[in-house]
Amino acid sequence: MLSIQNIHAAVEGKEILKGINLDIQPGEVHAIMGPNGSGKSTLASVLAGREEYEVTEGSITFLGKDMLELSPEERSREGLFLAFQYPVEIPGVSTTNFIKTALNEKRKYHGLAPLDAVSFLKLMKEKMQLVEIDKALLTRSVNEGFSGGEKKKNEIFQMAMLEPKLTILDETDSGLDIDALRIVASGVNKLRNKNNAIIVITHYQRLLDYLQPDFVHVLYNGRIVKSGTKELALTLEDQGYDYIKEAFGATTI
Amino acid sequence: MHMAISQFNYIEEKFEALQTAHPNVLLNEVRQKGFQTYQTAGVPSCKNEEWRYTPVNNLFKQAFLFSDNKAAINAAFVDSVRLPESATANELVFVNGLYQPSLSTIRSANDEIVVLCMEAASADARFADILKAHLGKSSLYVQDGVHALNTSFINGGVFVYIPKNTQATLPLYVYQIADTVHHPVLAQPRSLIYLAESASLQLVEHYATSGNSDSFTNEIMEVVVAGNSVFEYYKVQNDDASANQVNTTHIRQIGKSYVHTVVITLSGGMIRNNTNIIMETPGNEAHMYGLYLLKGNTHADNHTLVDNREPHCFSNELYKGIMDDAATGVFSGKIYVRPHAQKTNAYQSNKNILLSEKATVNTKPQLEIFADDVKCSHGCTVGRLDEEALFYLRSRGIDAAQAKAMLLQAFANDVVEKIKIDSLRQHIETLIANRLSLQTN
Ligand SMILES: Nc1ncnc2c1ncn2[C@@H]1O[C@H](COP(=O)(O)OP(=O)(O)O)[C@@H](O)[C@H]1O
Ligand SMILES: [Mg+2]
Repeated sequence: MLSIQNIHAAVEGKEILKGINLDIQPGEVHAIMGPNGSGKSTLASVLAGREEYEVTEGSITFLGKDMLELSPEERSREGLFLAFQYPVEIPGVSTTNFIKTALNEKRKYHGLAPLDAVSFLKLMKEKMQLVEIDKALLTRSVNEGFSGGEKKKNEIFQMAMLEPKLTILDETDSGLDIDALRIVASGVNKLRNKNNAIIVITHYQRLLDYLQPDFVHVLYNGRIVKSGTKELALTLEDQGYDYIKEAFGATTI
Repeated sequence: MHMAISQFNYIEEKFEALQTAHPNVLLNEVRQKGFQTYQTAGVPSCKNEEWRYTPVNNLFKQAFLFSDNKAAINAAFVDSVRLPESATANELVFVNGLYQPSLSTIRSANDEIVVLCMEAASADARFADILKAHLGKSSLYVQDGVHALNTSFINGGVFVYIPKNTQATLPLYVYQIADTVHHPVLAQPRSLIYLAESASLQLVEHYATSGNSDSFTNEIMEVVVAGNSVFEYYKVQNDDASANQVNTTHIRQIGKSYVHTVVITLSGGMIRNNTNIIMETPGNEAHMYGLYLLKGNTHADNHTLVDNREPHCFSNELYKGIMDDAATGVFSGKIYVRPHAQKTNAYQSNKNILLSEKATVNTKPQLEIFADDVKCSHGCTVGRLDEEALFYLRSRGIDAAQAKAMLLQAFANDVVEKIKIDSLRQHIETLIANRLSLQTN
C-alpha cells in the first residue's frame, strides 16, 4: 500500500532524511524507533505533505498513486492519517464542526453525499465510545486547553472518524499515563483490520506490547539502520539507543 | 465643472446661507464656533499625527457637493438595505446627512423613546437644557477641521432621548444613506443621544449608498449616558468602494454606567472611525470591540480613546483586523488615566492578519498614565495565518482555501460574538462566511 524509495528530504537547506526505504502492506503494523532528532517526525511530515520539508530525491507510492504529487488534503482523502506528536490548538474552530467538515470533504472526494446531522451524530457517538473521549471536549475549540492526554485521544478519535487506510502515530504514547495509554492503544487496536496499516513511532515498549508490530525499524541520523521483528524493540528497550549509536557511529552530519 | 470642496468660498457661502436660512439661537452659536475652528485648524494632512496614515485631505480635493435635499431615496430603497428585524424595531433614516422623518418609524411606545429634529428639540422646554449642556462636547476631544466642519453645518440632525427608568424595548436602527446618483455628495449627519438614569438602548448604525458617484460622510454622533444606564452601540460598514467616511462616536458616561461598542468594517473607500469613551464619573465600565475585514483598496482607520477621568473605571478593548489585496488598516488606541483616576483597569489588544504582500496595517497603542495605582495592559500583533493550524486542518482532508476560511472566521468571531443582538450577529456571521467563501455543512 505504501512504498517509500530512497527518500531524501531537507528543511531549510539541511538534509534530514538521507535515503529512506520502506514497504508497507495492508494489515501490517510497523514500528519506527530511534533517538530524538533522528528524523522520525520529519518522515511523518514528508508523508503527510508538509510543504516546508523539501523532498530532494526518491519516490513515494501510496495505493498506486504518486504521493508526492498530492496535496496534504488529497493524501488525507486517499486514506492517510497522521496523529501528530504535537497536535496544534486552534482557538475558535469547534472540534465537532471541524471533524464534520473533514469527513464530508472526504466523502465528497469519494463521490459520496455528505452525512446528514443525525447520521453524523450517531457515528460520533459510536466512535466516542471506542476511544473513551469525553463528549464535552468535542464541543470545545480544537485542542484548545486540552491536556496532553486529551489531545492524543482527540487524534485517535479523528482517526476513528476518518477510518484511514494508513495511520502514522507519531509518539502518540508520550505524555500519556498508564490508563490513557491503555485506552488509546485499545482504541487503535479496535480500528485495525486486514485492509489498513499503521506506522507507529515510539520510544517505548509499552505501546508496542499492546499493538504487537509486525516489523520494527530503527531510524538513526536520517536512515533506517536496522529492521527486524518485534524482538528488536525488546533489545532496544534493554540496551537503549547507545548500541545503535556505537554501531553506526556518531556519524558526522 | 465643480471645484474641490476645499475651495474656501464654497464652504463659506454654504455656511452663511445655512446660518441665515435656518436661524436657531443655540445651533447658530454652536455652528459659529465650529466654523471658527474649521477656519483655524483647517483640514489635517498626514503631518498631523492623528491623521498620519489616513490622507483625509485627499477627499477635500474632490468635487463633493453639499446635499441639496432633493435626494430621491424612497421606502423601497430603505427596504433593500434593511438589517434583519429592523422592520419591527425603531428606525431612523438619514439621506445625505439629513434626517428623514417620512422614512423613519418609531415603533416603541411614546414614553419609551423620544425622537426629535435637533431644531425642534432646541425649542422644546423639556430638552433645550440638555441640548445646551451636551451638544458639541466632542469638540473638546476632536479638534481637527474635519470634525469642526460637521459642527459648522449642524442641520437636519436628530435628538434621541431615552427617559429615566426605560429599558428601551426595541433596538434603534440608524441608516445613513448617501444618494450619489446625480453628483458626489458630502453628507454631514449629526445626532445627540441621551440616556437618562436607569435607561438602556441598543443602537445599530448602518451605511448604504444609492448611485455611482463618490460620497464623503462626515458624521458625529454624541451619546450621553447617565447613571445606572446601559448603552450598546453597533456600527456596520459594508458600503461601496465609492463611500468614504469620517465619523466620531463620542460616548460620555456622566454617571456610573455600562457601555458596549462593536464596530464592524467590511468594505468601503477611505474610512476613519473615532470611537471615544469619556468616563466622567467613578466606577464606569466600557467594552469596545472592532473587526476590520478588508480587501481591494479599502482603508479603515480605527482611532479609539478611553479617557479615565475618575477612579475605579474598567475598560476592555479588542480590535482585530484582516487585510487582503491592497487594503490598509490603521489602529490607534489611546488610553488616558488622569492623575486622579486611581484603581483604573484598562486593557487593550489589537491583532492583525495580513493576507497579501500589498496589504498593510499600522497599529499604535498609546497609553498615557498619570496615576500610580492602576492596572493597564496593551498588546498588538501583526502576522500571517497560523501555518501549523492550516496544515493540521489540511492534513484532515480540508482543502487549503476552506481551511484558511475556517481560521479567519475563528479569528473574526472573537469580535463578532460580542454582538448581543442575535439577528444582527447572525447577519454579520453570514456576511463574513460569504466573504470568506466558507462552506457550511
Ligand atoms: N521545521 C524544521 N526546521 C528546522 N529543523 C528541523 C525542522 N524539523 C526538524 N528539524 C530538524 O531535523 C532533525 C530531525 O527532527 P525530527 O524529525 O523532529 O526528529 P525526531 O522526530 O526523530 O525526534 C532535528 O535535527 C531537527 O532539529
Ligand atoms: Mg518527533
